[in-house]
Amino acid sequence: MPNKIAVIGDKDSVLAFRAVGVEVFDATTAEQAQSLVKKTIADRYAVVFIAEDLAEQIPETLQKAKLQTYPAIVPIPTGVAPSGFGMQGIKSDVEKAIGVDIIFNKEDK
Amino acid sequence: MSVMNVNPTRMEMKRLIGRLKTATRGHKLLKDKTDEMIRRFISLAEENKRLREQTEQELCSALQAFAQARCTTDGRVVEEAVMMPSRTVTLTCSKRKVMGVDVPSMQVSDSGGELYPYSFLSVTSQLDDSVRGLNNVLLKLVRLAETEKTCNMLAEEIEKNKRRVNALENIMIPQLTETINYIKMKLDESERAATVRLMKVKDIINK
Repeated sequence: MPNKIAVIGDKDSVLAFRAVGVEVFDATTAEQAQSLVKKTIADRYAVVFIAEDLAEQIPETLQKAKLQTYPAIVPIPTGVAPSGFGMQGIKSDVEKAIGVDIIFNKEDK
Repeated sequence: MSVMNVNPTRMEMKRLIGRLKTATRGHKLLKDKTDEMIRRFISLAEENKRLREQTEQELCSALQAFAQARCTTDGRVVEEAVMMPSRTVTLTCSKRKVMGVDVPSMQVSDSGGELYPYSFLSVTSQLDDSVRGLNNVLLKLVRLAETEKTCNMLAEEIEKNKRRVNALENIMIPQLTETINYIKMKLDESERAATVRLMKVKDIINK
């Protein structure tokens, strides 16, 4: 069973993860991120946190990983405020499963 | 709907009736499965949303503190400070079944040890804030990863299941019903033809 955690992102913002014992991979471009995501899948990581701005640029690669149990690839905000990309993911899941988004709409009213 | 290309025989009809029974039963079962999956999915998605809202805030503030630490001290010093962590995080992973879907289940355990792997002399307190914040949020992040993955996989499975239900409901079952009907008609027709022929023959013999 996989048991490792990785963080992929811009080194300046995610380096702090190394202090708590998580492996950090530096990526600034979509290509770098893509090859790193593939590498983490091959190396059997359990959880891969990826910076939102990078995740946004490589939807196909992430889509492929969605069908396997491991790794769980999770977009995380690295900027000053969350960009809403992660929430968008939940929203699209709900829409896919139910047809309409009942979870987010409910609170708008 | 189109009628299947079959021989209109009693044998064939019997076979098709069997298939129709299985299809109807399967359709009911799959429909119930979808209902249950959606019920579970909704509670999971709500939890997912709640977790994400919490962690995103905490994570942002922790990373912001780190950025400040990097600004106030030399980048290389900060890098060196976090380079050799004194604690490692290990995950215990296993698979769990939710409605027949393999979803991950993870348990985090850290090795304990000193939280700050650097000397306080060289860096500012913002780095301490950042590391403490990250350490706190990491547990929740793993929870989030687990929930989000479960949601992803359930959504995928629900979609697949829906397609199956629709295929059965709108294609398989009507097609089977129609073919059975067609065979029944054909058989009745040939039966009537046989009767008429017999009557005619009888007439001819009586004459």
